[in-house]
Amino acid sequence: MGKNLVFLPIVAVVIAIQLLTAWTGTIYYLTQLTMSAYYSLLIVGLCVVMGYAGQISIGHAGFFAIGGYLSAALTTRNLIPHADFLLVRLLNSLGCLQAGQDVYGDPLLVFTPWVACIIAILTTLIVAFILGVPVLKLKGHYLAMATLGFGIIIYRIVLASAYFGEADGISGVPGFMLVPGLLVSGDKAWRVPNYYIAWSVLLLAILLLRQLIDSRVGRALRAIHGSPEAAEAMGVDIATYKLKTFMLSAVFSALAGVLLTHYNGGIGPSEASVMKSVRYVAIVAVGGMANLWGALAMGMLLNFLSLRGLFGSYDDAVFGLILITIMLFAPNGILGLQLGRIWQGLPYFLRKKPVTKGVND
Amino acid sequence: MTILQVLQLSKRFGGLQAVDEVSFSLRQGMIKAVIGPNGAGKTTLFNLIAGMLAPTGGEIRFQGRAIQGMRPFRIAGLGIARTFQNIKMFTGMTALENVMVGRHSQSKSGFLASMLHTSGCRSEERAIRVRALELLDFLGIADCADTLATNLAFGQQRAVEMARALAMEPSLLLLDEPAAGLNIYETAEIGRLIVRIRELGITVLLVEHDMSLVMDISDEIVVLSFGQKIAEDIPTVIQQDPEVIKVYLGE
Repeated sequence: MGKNLVFLPIVAVVIAIQLLTAWTGTIYYLTQLTMSAYYSLLIVGLCVVMGYAGQISIGHAGFFAIGGYLSAALTTRNLIPHADFLLVRLLNSLGCLQAGQDVYGDPLLVFTPWVACIIAILTTLIVAFILGVPVLKLKGHYLAMATLGFGIIIYRIVLASAYFGEADGISGVPGFMLVPGLLVSGDKAWRVPNYYIAWSVLLLAILLLRQLIDSRVGRALRAIHGSPEAAEAMGVDIATYKLKTFMLSAVFSALAGVLLTHYNGGIGPSEASVMKSVRYVAIVAVGGMANLWGALAMGMLLNFLSLRGLFGSYDDAVFGLILITIMLFAPNGILGLQLGRIWQGLPYFLRKKPVTKGVND
Repeated sequence: MTILQVLQLSKRFGGLQAVDEVSFSLRQGMIKAVIGPNGAGKTTLFNLIAGMLAPTGGEIRFQGRAIQGMRPFRIAGLGIARTFQNIKMFTGMTALENVMVGRHSQSKSGFLASMLHTSGCRSEERAIRVRALELLDFLGIADCADTLATNLAFGQQRAVEMARALAMEPSLLLLDEPAAGLNIYETAEIGRLIVRIRELGITVLLVEHDMSLVMDISDEIVVLSFGQKIAEDIPTVIQQDPEVIKVYLGE
């Protein structure tokens, strides 16, 4: 339990930020912080895939989109025209559907958010499994290529199909009542609770991932990273471990998609774009790959700045630049740079003739 | 009782016959060595038994069960542990954690149990730690437990690798040149250690260059040359074998 004390200062900061925004009348910041927390949920999941299972996925926006789009479509697309189908009647009698009214006051029959969420998660699991099984048996960066292709397919599907709203995406997504009294919704009245809901989900996810890493499974994953041959000689089934990690992170991404879509009240095709996937990879790299706290810090910071519009029209370019810079100058991430060492190194750097060691000594 | 049987085992890499119809067997509880000049196919033979390579012909039977072509993690699960000629430590992990990975096939907590830290998972974790510490102690490197394995001295890394293999509670231990890179004192130490491992009831098959070590501790020796078995007998006979002398010293 003592290991989890590290969460206390973070919880304190989360509460302090909320109090600060209330005090200074800048409560609107909470909206972007809430959204950043959901993006960070995806990012910590991807962090385990990249940092611990040693695989690169350029398709996590695709899983985010599967979660977001399925829950959006299922909770908004009217089933009344199909109300006579046996399946619809069955779902209705099982309590999977709810009645309502659309913006014009016409009757509506849609899936409840909980059922939509479960369908979205299960779909994600199946897709991740189908994608991962053949790919993860191979060595090298085949997963990166396969997930890139997968991301493009998902993007084109949501852009091309009327069911998913084509270029407009889906709007008018209702709130998601997690439990009575806790509504995931972008409504102003729910801003503060939603900030805490998002952070609770995110910190719970990090807690679970930390416990995973600090266990038999996590040790096996780190061992695969350290020496795949030796890990396999110890009885670690490498392909299965990589697959399960990939599926786990896909579920995190889909859950982030579900919750953020209910929070925003809609989702658009840009959420499924490959540039989003590249952004997530860049953030995990900046955070230091096998570093959940780094992924959290960078996920919050960079998403917040991006959502506040700091990068303007150069948004995607900034993340591309970050990825290149990190790969060249700080492969261990920003936190791995140990900034103190730069200060120590500065006088040497400023010397006219740097002392170089000869090859022969 | 026979624990491992190698029958007419062959491995060809393109035009090179690395292992050529080699047969031998190991009785439970013995120490057997495979020797031969460089390129004789010793390490290939090892990799075939451990599942790192699939044979092009022949059979390997472990406790009566054909294991050739099985994936290494399955073979490990059956109770065959191995060490590597060029030590393969898990980088970024302490000596203790390295040995704890060795308990993998002896434990079973999966993804969900690990994430939730269920009580079963926690008690298993404690048992893993206790056993790993015991083994570090058995090998005399308990004080290195919390040092990053890659920062240890060469001989200590070799000991960690042994502890890691023993953590699997194997019935057969494959040692790939355990004395490589060690000085004569360390080699003698390793020799005593291998004998102690045998006393735990573990059968040992080793590939080794160091003749004095092999002659001291082995019950039987198999000699390979150009992929073929040219002799198999007890050490004193092998030392007198004209064929073996020819291979090692030239005519």
